Amino acid sequence: MKLYKDNKVAYVLLAPWLIGFFGMWLIPMFISIYYSFTDFNLLNTPSFIGLANYMRAFTQDKMFYQAMKVTFSYVLILVPLRLAFALFVAMLLNKKHKCLGLYRTLYYVPSIIGGSIAVSVVWKQIFGNKGVVMSILEVFGIHQKMSLVGNPKTALWVIVLMGVWQFGSSMLIFLSALKQIPGSLYESAKVDGANGWVTFSRITIPMLTPTIFFNLILQIINGFRVFTESYVITDGGPLDSTLSYVLYLYRRAFNYFDMGYSCALAWILVAVIAVFTVVLFKTQNNWVYYETGGDE
Amino acid sequence: MGMHAKRNLNSVIFHVGACLLGLLMIYPLVWLLASSFKSNATMFHNTYSLIPEEWDIATNFKSGFEGIGGVKFITFFINSTIVTIVGMVGCVGTSLLAAYAFSRLDFKFSNFWFGCVMMTMMIPAQVMVVPQYIILKKVGLIDTRAALVLPWFFGGAFFIFLMVQFFRGIPKELDEAAAIDGCNKFQILFKILVPIVRPSIITSSIFAFYWIWQDFFQPLIFMNSTRKFTIPLALNMYLDPNSYNNYGGLFAMSVISVLPIIIFFIIFQRYLVDGIAMDGIKG
Repeated sequence: MKLYKDNKVAYVLLAPWLIGFFGMWLIPMFISIYYSFTDFNLLNTPSFIGLANYMRAFTQDKMFYQAMKVTFSYVLILVPLRLAFALFVAMLLNKKHKCLGLYRTLYYVPSIIGGSIAVSVVWKQIFGNKGVVMSILEVFGIHQKMSLVGNPKTALWVIVLMGVWQFGSSMLIFLSALKQIPGSLYESAKVDGANGWVTFSRITIPMLTPTIFFNLILQIINGFRVFTESYVITDGGPLDSTLSYVLYLYRRAFNYFDMGYSCALAWILVAVIAVFTVVLFKTQNNWVYYETGGDE
Repeated sequence: MGMHAKRNLNSVIFHVGACLLGLLMIYPLVWLLASSFKSNATMFHNTYSLIPEEWDIATNFKSGFEGIGGVKFITFFINSTIVTIVGMVGCVGTSLLAAYAFSRLDFKFSNFWFGCVMMTMMIPAQVMVVPQYIILKKVGLIDTRAALVLPWFFGGAFFIFLMVQFFRGIPKELDEAAAIDGCNKFQILFKILVPIVRPSIITSSIFAFYWIWQDFFQPLIFMNSTRKFTIPLALNMYLDPNSYNNYGGLFAMSVISVLPIIIFFIIFQRYLVDGIAMDGIKG
């Protein structure tokens, strides 16, 4: 039998986290699963309605599909763009130049303030009516009737652009991964006469795959919970073209008090994220290269 | 043209490109600052310009600080400051205790609980918000500052993870030597280990500060009374053209809202850049 010599102390130290885990996570989780099978609207006594909420989302709710579509587009456009850009800039900064620290800082600043309302305010004004973009176009004599925020075709791109603008933290992660690639690999490639592209595709990318994988998972999870941008900049509009899933869930819960239904919506989101994560983990063996791992 | 000239040319191209990108990255922020100096009448003349056509700093900041809904902006600022500092201390403190337990102590189910920590990191907080709202409502905490602070007092998965990584890098012989000298577990933590993991405590504190200061979703759901609003909620009210039609004030207060973040960043830059390079969960 194994002895756990620090049981008492450890559980005292863990107590705050444990209380939070049960109070803010586990119990709410079960409550939420339960409500998702009821017609709870904050005022009534919830009564059990089986899978009706889930059926409603998939068979009757057009807004549900719209929110799904918007959020999938957002994630599938933003994540590759942001990671590619972050990698590109990280590679440029991984050479010996002066002022590298300054550039690194400049590029990182948007990432730290990105979540603040102030930035959404700025974005709204830059791309909105009479905003920066329109005023620059005016200089060239182009008069647009519709701003980029006001046009249902472009509004989502404005929000995506804000995400790309915050590439700084991914860039820092890539930068530290790049620094860990042994220089000897590049030297022997040089001896073998490999050109820039071959070195990039055969050494840099394979060595970075664990970092790319890690980034990909985090960014996808983060992307699916986009809320503030679409709430503040566009309020889901125009024509619901930026209605993010969490914004729709929020409206269902706190504008319509459709608590049971919004709990069901929440679990559908968890399922979607779980599927993405599991699929990514499954494909891992095919493309992620771990030095200490198997023979692949 | 020799190797030297070619290298110089490359370097020039690099710096020109890097500076242009830097300008593009920083432009929205400089634009915000410049706009907070512009008079409301000229605000949307050549909007792109960073040089005010007509300066009106005093009016903008004065009217911004006047507040909204009968509540002065300074009240929002104080609310944000209290919530952020209390939340930050609670979050980092409880995370530190948990991280110490996970990395140094031998106890039953430790792997299971650590798995739970990681799981909470994967599930988006938005999923929990409806039941959390209902629980807080039942215990009468909706629309209290406690509702904003409380969730941070149970440790954060990200911080626990970050500090566990740090603790693992410290040789266990230190603990053993201290134990032989008669230190108990708490003394080992606070006298021996805390000074060593200080960088990770600072990094965690800064991230906690940023997240709580900028948090919008939770306050939006948990708070109703304007006088208890934090800055993000207040700015959101300023944005509503029906209740507030003063862009100068809005921009001025937006500047005020990001100022603490920028100041913190300048002071603690080193810790942040190193911290994110190590774990880089989020930024």
